[in-house]
Amino acid sequence: MEVIGKSVIRKEALDKVTGRAKYTHDHQTVPMLSGKMVISPYGHAKIVSIDTAEAGKVAGVRAILAGEHYYPLTGEAIRDRPPIAVDKVRYHGEPVALVVADTPVQAKAAADLIKVQYELLPVVNSPTQAFQKNAPLVHERLGEYKKESDSQPVPGTNIATHIKIRKGNLEKGWAEAATVVEASFSFAPSDHAAMETRCATAEILPDGNILIMTSSQAPFMVKRLIADYFGEDMGKVIVRTPLVGGAYGGKAPVQLEVLAYLGSKAVGGKPVKVLNTREEDILTSPCHIGLDATVKLGTDRSGKIKAAEIRYLWDGGAYSDKAIDITRSGATDCTGPYNIENVWCDSYCMYTNHPYAAPFRGFSHSELSFAIERTMDLLAKKLNIDPLELRYINAIKPGDTTPTRVLLNKSNVGNLQKCIEKVRGLIKWDEGPVKVVNDRFIRVKGVSCSWKTSTIDTDAPSGVILTFNRDGSINLMSGIVEIGTGTKTILAQILAERLQMDVDNIHVRMEVDTQTTPEHWKTVASRGTFMGGRAVLKAADDVINQLKEVAACVLRAPKEDLEIGGSRVFLRDDPSLGLHFKEIGYGYKYPNGNTVGAQIIGRGSYILRHLTPLDPETGEGRPGPEWTVAAYGVEVEFDKRDYTYRLVKAATVVDIGRVMNEKAARGQVMGAMSMGLAFAGRETFYFDELGRVLNPQLRTYRPLRYGENPEYLVGFVETPQIDGPYGARGVGEHGLMGMPGALGNALSVAAGVSLHHLPLIPELIWKAKEANK
Amino acid sequence: MKSHTITLTINGESHIVTVRSADTLLYIVRGRLGLTGAKPGCLNGDCGACTVNVDGWPMKSCLMLAVEAAGKEVTTIEGLKETPIQMAFVENFAFQCGYCTPGFIMNCHSLIEQHPDADDQTIKEWLESNICRCTGYIEIEKAVKSVLKRGAHLKAPME
Repeated sequence: MEVIGKSVIRKEALDKVTGRAKYTHDHQTVPMLSGKMVISPYGHAKIVSIDTAEAGKVAGVRAILAGEHYYPLTGEAIRDRPPIAVDKVRYHGEPVALVVADTPVQAKAAADLIKVQYELLPVVNSPTQAFQKNAPLVHERLGEYKKESDSQPVPGTNIATHIKIRKGNLEKGWAEAATVVEASFSFAPSDHAAMETRCATAEILPDGNILIMTSSQAPFMVKRLIADYFGEDMGKVIVRTPLVGGAYGGKAPVQLEVLAYLGSKAVGGKPVKVLNTREEDILTSPCHIGLDATVKLGTDRSGKIKAAEIRYLWDGGAYSDKAIDITRSGATDCTGPYNIENVWCDSYCMYTNHPYAAPFRGFSHSELSFAIERTMDLLAKKLNIDPLELRYINAIKPGDTTPTRVLLNKSNVGNLQKCIEKVRGLIKWDEGPVKVVNDRFIRVKGVSCSWKTSTIDTDAPSGVILTFNRDGSINLMSGIVEIGTGTKTILAQILAERLQMDVDNIHVRMEVDTQTTPEHWKTVASRGTFMGGRAVLKAADDVINQLKEVAACVLRAPKEDLEIGGSRVFLRDDPSLGLHFKEIGYGYKYPNGNTVGAQIIGRGSYILRHLTPLDPETGEGRPGPEWTVAAYGVEVEFDKRDYTYRLVKAATVVDIGRVMNEKAARGQVMGAMSMGLAFAGRETFYFDELGRVLNPQLRTYRPLRYGENPEYLVGFVETPQIDGPYGARGVGEHGLMGMPGALGNALSVAAGVSLHHLPLIPELIWKAKEANK
Repeated sequence: MKSHTITLTINGESHIVTVRSADTLLYIVRGRLGLTGAKPGCLNGDCGACTVNVDGWPMKSCLMLAVEAAGKEVTTIEGLKETPIQMAFVENFAFQCGYCTPGFIMNCHSLIEQHPDADDQTIKEWLESNICRCTGYIEIEKAVKSVLKRGAHLKAPME
């Protein structure tokens, strides 16, 4: 039986095409009160007064909450964010008040009547501005916040953290460098635009149990943080997460859950729902991080990179939340997938008056890749080397070390050179990067590479429980959230493979409930298959052992003589002698009624090993288990007359370790490419001088639509990660990461001007052309 | 607030509901009738996640008042039973998170009924009104085309 690699239909497929699939907002109990936020219309302003008198008179209003000093400050790495703004607002969209009313209509009517007086404050509108010595401060009391030990805020500045990479000897590196390029890049924050807007409900029962339902990638983190922020018993915080309608990192932070909890508390524990409108989802909830980057690379005469000096100023926005970790992750893999002995990187998380940042698919890597990969093309041009060749000769390999000095081997890094060779064929690179269609149109290709490890907590757990049904089928329970990646179906495939049984006889519980589901830290970082898969394998072995124990007794044979397959335990030398799972899954019952064994319950859990935090001075440390690598190509048809272009082809070749589910893997890679092209080509927040986001709707913030997509080319290389389940590596993010660089490189060639900003809209290309005249 | 008692015909069943003038069809089918297949995504007509079928045509139910739907035949995703387009979405992996799926399927279903011989341009004009953030759209394209192709063969015996 071979289940791994097969395009097994998703376990929740039928529910999703019949409308039965339930997301958080689809759960509607009566009574359920509605929470409605009042949000800041400005980027930075003092709150002078809040008048709720008129709002309080609206029928059905049960409570109105404004910011209070006694509410705990929230946040992950630094506790810097009041759940509802106090004294001042720091970004456009920040919650200023919360109305709780019987119906959404009443809550909205009341929220509209709340009068807030603001006094405008000077706005920090970019990370570069935030970095200036005389910049206005976003947080005046930065030094007083509670924080994790590896966050390094600098009080009196807008620096939320500073991660340093100091590897090798930079002076020696520059001395050996014959060719040097230096360039700067930048782009503003943007959005995840998951189709399901974020939603959370909370209810506090008389016995103190707190029931939360939330569209989250991190229900276990919700449980931990609610307990921690408010001094609640952790076991009394019960968080449920049904199916999630797209997340891409944006649903990893904890935000609306806190508001729903406060809302419920204000109305005696009654259930309260807080549902983002699309506009709130874009403005109020955390966004996709922006970046200002400067990259300097130097090579010797053969094109080998000898030194890299990099500065990343991340636009963490008004609150640091996950931006601290993104900043660290960006430092960890700062060079892109190239072997460089001498590396100096300063990665700063900057406070600005922008919406604060959540993780975004790729967690700093699509962003830094744009800067690195554009610089690689500038370098190739200066060296007069083929851009793909430059990448090939510098490609990271086993035996090399990463910027944080992890020694790579054949397991913990994929084969980038193989990916490059494969992408070269897929996009027909050897036909040349430019093809003239006619006087007006040219077709141009660009390439890029990426790598990524996952910088998650060093003690992040994943657990799985298996229970038997009386018919011999198995229930699989994992704390992984089904956010669309199909990971839970892949877990069923891993179990089916290990037990050599039909995957149809494995039932997967889609909903996570922190009281009964074993923890999976967070469904992030393309780590579900790896960690959840390892937990499944352990649980499967536990089940095998228990099945064999009962069967050994009944069959009167030593355990070592037994095999498992086809939902049976049987004798190796005579498979006709055996027992079906349904005969032993609940213990074996002899004809006289005596029973041996009991319901079989398998358990497995896993924690990544050997991870360490980074050294604060040098960055040395082991931040993640393995590096997945990929190579990319993009082809555009460019109109020389007005600088518009059409996406023709997009290619990704990723070293996936092992393809677990062919169609699901291709779908992940294609979908990620689509998102990456949208991020690179059109998606951004447009800010005015008051820090206001001018385009918080899906008609002004425009994801790709049907027909705007290119033809996708997907290739896989399979270099097994030895300790991954069946050799698999993470793949959910990688299709995205190289798209901004490849598109930027293609359009820079097409337009004949070096492009340094995103999104790559025709107007931006025109401006670059004009500036170059 | 003015309210009206109206009869809505949804998935072939009549429902008497009392609604406000300003209630959208989406709000009522979800909140009052428990048909949560139609999803709110923007309440603005931008994303198409709430698409239902009204008298044979796709309609964004966030843009239609419930009172406007009185006397019309409304079909939601819950009203489709094992239609070829639903099966095609499953076979072609034409969804990931599934949130946009009911809206996409209702739009595709209406397209197949209205234009059983739709060409690429027609398909694009219809389907660009919905957003899918997870897939790269190729899977959806394959799904809808597989049914349109099959439909062309089966056209005569079906009606």
